[in-house]
Amino acid sequence: MSMTIDKLKEIREETLKHMNLRGLPSDRPNAPYKWSVAICMETSCMSSKSPEIKRRLLDLIKRDGKEGEIEVVGTGCFGLCEAGPIVIVRPGDTFYYHLDPNDIDLIYEQHLLGGEPVRDLIYPESITEDGYLSYFDIPFMAHQERIALRSSGHIDPEDIREYIAFGGYEALYKALVEMTPDEVIDVVTASGLRGRGGGGFLAGRKWRATQASPGDEKFIICNADEGDPGAFMDRSILEGDPHSVIEAMAIAGYAIGSDQGYVYVRAEYPIAVERLEKAIGQANDLGLLGENIFGTDFSFDLEIRLGAGAFVCGETTALTASIEGRRGTPRSRPPYSADKGLWGKPTMINNVETFANIPYILLNGAEAFKKIGTANSPGTKVFALSGKIKNVGLVEIPMGTTLRQVVEEIGGGIPNGKAFKAVQTGGPSGGCIGPEHLDTPIDFDSLTEVGSMMGSGGMIIMDEDNCAVDVARFYMDFIADESCGKCTPCREGTKRMLEILIDITEGRGDETSIPRLERLAKTTELASLCALGQTSANPILSTLKTFRDEYEAHIKEKRCPAGVCKALTSYFITDACIGCGLCARNCPVSCISGERKKLHVIDTDQCIKCGLCYDKCPVNAIVKK
Amino acid sequence: MITLTINGQKVTAEEGMSILDAALAHGIEIPALCHDPNLKPESSCRLCLVEVDGRRWPRVACGTPVRDGMVVETNTPEIRATRREILQLLLDNHPNDCLTCQKAGECLLQKYAYEYGVTFRTHNGARRGSEKARFTDTSSPYILRDESKCILCGKCISTCAALNERSVLSFAGRGFETKVAADRDETLEASTCVSCSRCVAVCPVGALIDRRVREKKIRPWDADRQTIQCKACEYGCEYEVLEKGNERVIRPLAPSGGRPLCLKGRLYVEAEVSSDLRIPYKKKETDKGRKFVRTSWVEALELDQILDRIAYTESESGKGRAK
Amino acid sequence: MVSHFNQEERQREIAAFERDLERIKDGRGMLMHALHLAQNRFGYVPSDVQQIIADTLKVPLSTVYGVITFYSRFTLVPKGRCDLSICMGTACYIQGSEELLKETEETLGIKSGETSPDGNFSLSTTRCVGACSLAPVVTVNGEVHGRMTVQEMKKLLADLQQQYGSQSESDEE
Repeated sequence: MSMTIDKLKEIREETLKHMNLRGLPSDRPNAPYKWSVAICMETSCMSSKSPEIKRRLLDLIKRDGKEGEIEVVGTGCFGLCEAGPIVIVRPGDTFYYHLDPNDIDLIYEQHLLGGEPVRDLIYPESITEDGYLSYFDIPFMAHQERIALRSSGHIDPEDIREYIAFGGYEALYKALVEMTPDEVIDVVTASGLRGRGGGGFLAGRKWRATQASPGDEKFIICNADEGDPGAFMDRSILEGDPHSVIEAMAIAGYAIGSDQGYVYVRAEYPIAVERLEKAIGQANDLGLLGENIFGTDFSFDLEIRLGAGAFVCGETTALTASIEGRRGTPRSRPPYSADKGLWGKPTMINNVETFANIPYILLNGAEAFKKIGTANSPGTKVFALSGKIKNVGLVEIPMGTTLRQVVEEIGGGIPNGKAFKAVQTGGPSGGCIGPEHLDTPIDFDSLTEVGSMMGSGGMIIMDEDNCAVDVARFYMDFIADESCGKCTPCREGTKRMLEILIDITEGRGDETSIPRLERLAKTTELASLCALGQTSANPILSTLKTFRDEYEAHIKEKRCPAGVCKALTSYFITDACIGCGLCARNCPVSCISGERKKLHVIDTDQCIKCGLCYDKCPVNAIVKK
Repeated sequence: MITLTINGQKVTAEEGMSILDAALAHGIEIPALCHDPNLKPESSCRLCLVEVDGRRWPRVACGTPVRDGMVVETNTPEIRATRREILQLLLDNHPNDCLTCQKAGECLLQKYAYEYGVTFRTHNGARRGSEKARFTDTSSPYILRDESKCILCGKCISTCAALNERSVLSFAGRGFETKVAADRDETLEASTCVSCSRCVAVCPVGALIDRRVREKKIRPWDADRQTIQCKACEYGCEYEVLEKGNERVIRPLAPSGGRPLCLKGRLYVEAEVSSDLRIPYKKKETDKGRKFVRTSWVEALELDQILDRIAYTESESGKGRAK
Repeated sequence: MVSHFNQEERQREIAAFERDLERIKDGRGMLMHALHLAQNRFGYVPSDVQQIIADTLKVPLSTVYGVITFYSRFTLVPKGRCDLSICMGTACYIQGSEELLKETEETLGIKSGETSPDGNFSLSTTRCVGACSLAPVVTVNGEVHGRMTVQEMKKLLADLQQQYGSQSESDEE
């Protein structure tokens, strides 16, 4: 099928007719539906049985013949994954959380049939004195601004028509019919969009370089090999709005003169892969991919290539090698991908989130985009907020928002009254940022200044119960395991740094440990072949900077202040003991003794430090030292 | 032509040349373990790092093309310190066997360790191979492997892959556990290895050793050496004759200019110059997989048919005509 | 994908695999794709299948082996009938997934990356399945179990041992 702008508009109008309740530019009065129920169909919510909720609701609707009154939409991520499975009832954006599949019966009866929201199932923080807030007005959403995630939660990602109804593929039309490739690149450049994958290079500059590079064949690659542990931004975009990436890749293809694109995506993301496949199929069917798009000379095909579990493949030259069917080892640059990339041809690689911003920029202009964020880092950034934080989930904030705003306001603070210790950004290549830097604005340059980096968007919160040395050891374990093994400093150096960290956490550290770490850190930084190796010591260097005293406590006093490192931790019972005997009964090695209603004692020689007594004690009388 | 400055000395170089080659052309040697003039640069050993234009971040000399006006320092204290660290990392994973290693005297790791004053040390950390030197693959009558000595420079893999039909070797595994494997990590005997010894000729350390030289206990620095060309075909691959006392052995030299090296050629040269003709072996497909089997010199050099024809021609019934 | 075939089934699977391979063999850079097909069909990449891939795609056998051993998703030994994977992503680690791993290793008597000799269980660690809001996360044959504790892990393992452990060798024959 060949697509024209009239057909696109026709699809849009047709689809809009039944999307009246989905937070669209204007609400349409002659709506077919009375209620619209959005159910999150993103990995995390799906693991908490959202598909079952959807099935059940559809059954109820079918039973009562209410298909014409109530629509049920499986959508992408709403953001607050912690509250999953999430169901939003519109109008009103009523936010139901932590639902059990049985709960949907009550919502159906009371809310959808009776018009009365089920207060007990509504997210508590959205309940006010005289009613409740829309999902989009809860504190979690307060500082957020959704550009990359603009359609997530509103549309059904498996239906291209809904994407089109939301203005989808209009940017592609505009680029192909109304703009020259140079003008497209000019807009992207003028917007100041920087790569969201970690490096923060100006996207426009990359586009320009690849366009300028001579070659009869060029490639566009979308890097969806989101490997940072604790990061799931790209997965959410692909699951919630795959067409935004497809449309952007086609625009990029037009701009640089490429007719073939590849999406390199982790095999660990089966739902994202499935939705992407479906979306590519639909775009092909409607003529939005393939030959002569919008009747122009421009043709563009898209293929999916699966990764296979190698973190280093997020590095562009390694990713290219992997698509070519080789071991994913990086190579020395020059030549750069813009000149010699995939199969030796000019290649432009951007990550998922970078692409997802492109249609917005083309439709709204560079100036509109630059109004968001800061001068040097315009736009928004999506973060996957996790760890010791109340509101775990996906957040999209304007650049310049401070870490404190994210942690305290959006994130809702640290649970269980614990103290904030550090926020880790940038994945294994990034670093830990301590409390003294909480007021740092989030942008590319500021995060680098405080010893971390933007990275792709993992943001992991740590509290007082996390040990800085143990965290460094965790990241080094990851890096050593994921080192490709090609260059000497990274292959050998990360292993040796890991060994030293293990020694420290197990009480074998000595006065040479820190100097040796620092020396190895310098060598891997200066001498490694790729960014993975060059930044491999960042988790050590950043924790050493902020928590050096903790390292020293491990080494000199053989003590883990956070009580994490087992070899250095002992459990004691304080005077607060009420002698209930719960600890003794739960101790797997029976090393706790004491008379009833009297102070109990732990035999520290026998203790295996499992922590069960610590967890069980009703009066918190057991302490770790 | 490009003009640049290396260690304060103004030098000229051709466009597209690497810093390493440009330096070498002017007698400035930059240490490198994975570089080979006949192979594409891998830039993996990282020993050839040099300072460029005073920047803190060093560049690899083997993979960085020269630029007009470039200022290169190859031997600053920082660069030397980094090289020392890299060498130490390699030694920490290398058995202390220089006394009895066949490669002693021409081992690049030994050479640079000496130059930079880096020594073996004891440690409790992990090792890829054993702490003691030990041949890990003795299945081939021509090539001995000791994986514990391998520094993973990848030259053996590249040179093997330079000939399309070979590509017997590849890196396998990942990270610290990376190794060089033949086919599906098989012995050289069980693999499709054709015993051309290209890999042995480029190995910078004692990980790949010419077995027939080793068995004669002749180390190159201890022998009279002479380079000769193989006459088995027109490529004229180069071999080195090592002579010590009344023993004479040959070994293949690194292939250059598209020369292939092959087992037949090697045996041809052996037959021509070795002090004694030792039993040749050929690989045969058997029902137990590939096996090296003893063969005769006539068969090894594929002379049987030719000799037959010559004999026939010279015989009564041939009357000067071949069969 | 857990697979345990008898001789006849295996022949059939190999023939089917060869047909799959035939369809993709003319594409560019298809080695990874071929290995995914093999891993999904057989549960690992058997030695003879490596040779088939090398011959069909015309890539050196050593390259096939080198690529398999580089990527952690491809394996050279079959996965167990019950494939347990413990997420070691940061969010899960911070929430104590290492304790879950230790518990599992002790209970099953195998280390991460191993398959039990009876072929019932295989254990691995994974780098973030992206369900960080459910941390710590364990997957059983791909199904996600979130917010696990050591106690719940014990229970899950006991259930799984009931379910899979009782399937003795004889079921296979």
